[in-house]
Amino acid sequence: MPDKLKNNEPFIEDPTIQTTKLGRRAFVGQVLVGVIIIFLWEFLTRIGWLDSYYWSSPSTIVHTGWKAITQGTLLQDLAYTSGSTILGFVLGTAAGYILGLSFWWSELYSRIFEPYMIAFNAIPKLALAPVLVIMFGIGFDSKVILAFLMTIIVAAIAAYSGVQSVDRDLEKMLVSLGAKRRHVFMKVVVPTTIPWIVSILKINISLALAGTIVGEFISSRQGIGRMILYAGQVLDIDLVWVGVVVLSLLSIVMYLGTVWLEHALMKGRTPKS
Amino acid sequence: MSELEIAGCSKYYKKNGVPMCALADTDLRVENGRFVSIIGPSGCGKSTLFNIIAGLIKPSSGRILLDGKDITQESGHVGYMLQKDLLLPWRSILDNVIIGLEIRGIPMKEARKRALPMLKNYGLGGFEYDHPDALSGGMRQRAGLIRTLLYDKDVILLDEPFGALDAQTRMQMQNWLLEIWKDFKKTILFVTHDIDEAIYLSDEIHVFTHRPGKIKATIEVDLPRPRSEKTLMNDRFLTLKKELLLMLREERVSSD
Repeated sequence: MPDKLKNNEPFIEDPTIQTTKLGRRAFVGQVLVGVIIIFLWEFLTRIGWLDSYYWSSPSTIVHTGWKAITQGTLLQDLAYTSGSTILGFVLGTAAGYILGLSFWWSELYSRIFEPYMIAFNAIPKLALAPVLVIMFGIGFDSKVILAFLMTIIVAAIAAYSGVQSVDRDLEKMLVSLGAKRRHVFMKVVVPTTIPWIVSILKINISLALAGTIVGEFISSRQGIGRMILYAGQVLDIDLVWVGVVVLSLLSIVMYLGTVWLEHALMKGRTPKS
Repeated sequence: MSELEIAGCSKYYKKNGVPMCALADTDLRVENGRFVSIIGPSGCGKSTLFNIIAGLIKPSSGRILLDGKDITQESGHVGYMLQKDLLLPWRSILDNVIIGLEIRGIPMKEARKRALPMLKNYGLGGFEYDHPDALSGGMRQRAGLIRTLLYDKDVILLDEPFGALDAQTRMQMQNWLLEIWKDFKKTILFVTHDIDEAIYLSDEIHVFTHRPGKIKATIEVDLPRPRSEKTLMNDRFLTLKKELLLMLREERVSSD
C-alpha cells in the first residue's frame, strides 16, 4: 500500500475483506465451471463427438423435462419420491438417535445389543427390498420403510459413539452438584451427542434417497425411480437423463436442507466440540 | 456453621487381583470457616479422599460426617471442583455457572438473575455471554469456582484447581480465591502439590504420605491475614516452607 503510506496513514489489515473477496471470486469460478461443462456437453453432442442417443444433451433434457412436467406426471413423481425420502430420513434418524441414546442408561443392555446393532448394520438392507415390497405393498409405505432401514442404524451407531465419548468428569461434576441420572442425561449426554448426530445427517439423507429409489425400481406406480425404470425399458434415454437430473437437483436441495439443519442444531457452538 | 469430619476413612482397590491400599485410615477434622490444605506427592490418595468426601465413591471403611450427620456415599452435600474446569462448551459462561441451581429446580430466569452480579463482582463481567473456549484458563477456573459457590454449600473441596495455570495467573487466582473465601465465609479443603500455594492460602496444612496415603503431619500456618505478596518474603513463611520441603523430600526418597 505505497499510496497509503505516503499519507502517513497506518495500514490496518482487515481479513474479512479478503475472505469476502475470495468468496466472491470462488462463486464466479464455480458458476463458470458449471456453464462450461453444460456448454461442452451441448456442443459435443451437436457436432457429433458424443452420441446424443446415449448422452442426450442439455437442451433436449430441458425440453423433455418441460414436457414431462406439463404433459406427464414429473411433479407428482417428484413429490412422491421426495416425500418418502424425507419421511424415511426423519423417522429413521430420529429412531436411531433415540436408540443410540438409550444405550447410555444401562451398560448391560448396551452390551447385549451392541453386537446385534453391528450385525444389522452389516446386512445389505437394499437386498431386502423385494421382501419389503411384498410385505408392505408397492405403495408409499414400502419406500418409507426402506429409507427408514437405511438410516436408522447409521444414526444409532453415531449416537452410541457420542454416548461413549461423554466426559466422565463432567458426569462427576454434575453429580457432585446433586444431579440425578436424568439431569446428567439431559444436560450432558444429549448435548454431547448432538455434533455426532449432526455429522451423519448428510450421509443419511443420501442413504434415504437411495433406499427410496431402489424401492421404486423394484415395484412402484409412482416416483422418479419408476419413471427412470420405465424410460429405460422403452429406450427413452432422454427421459432417463431427465430423471437423473431431477434426482441430482433433489439431492442438492435436500443437502442444503441438512446444512440448514446443522446450523440450527449447532447454534452457539463450534463444530466438533 | 459447618464442620467436616473424616472418621477413619480408607480405600482399597484390587489391582491384578492384589488388593492395593489407596488411602489408609484417615482421620481429619475441618473446622468451620477454616482454609485447610492437603499436600503430598502425586498418587497419595488425595483425590480418592475427595471423591469419598463428595460421595462419589464408597470408602472401604470409615464415615464422613457433616455437622455430625453421616453423609457417607451421599453426593450433593459439598461443593467440589477439579483441576479441569469442566465447563460445558455448548453453554455460555452464565449458563454454565447456574447449572447447579438449574438441577435444584430453580427457574433459568431467576438463576441467571442471581448469577449475574456474582460474575460481575468476581472478575467475569463482560464475559457472561461468551462460551468457555473464548476464555483463558484462569478465567475458566473462575467460572468453575463461581459455579461451585452458586451451588451454595458451606464446605468446598478444591482439587488442585490452579494446577494447570502458569505462575503469574496462579498468583492472581490465589488472591482472588482468598477474597472469595473472606466474602463467603466458606470452609475450604484444598488439595495441592505446590508448597508455596499451600502455605500462602491455608490456616492448616496436612502432609500426606506416598502410597498408601495417610496423614503424616499437620502444620498450623500462623501467618497473619490478610496475606499478600509480602507474606511470601516473611521469615515465618520461609521456615514453614523449609519444614514442608524436608518432609516432602523424605516422602519422595521413601517412595523410590
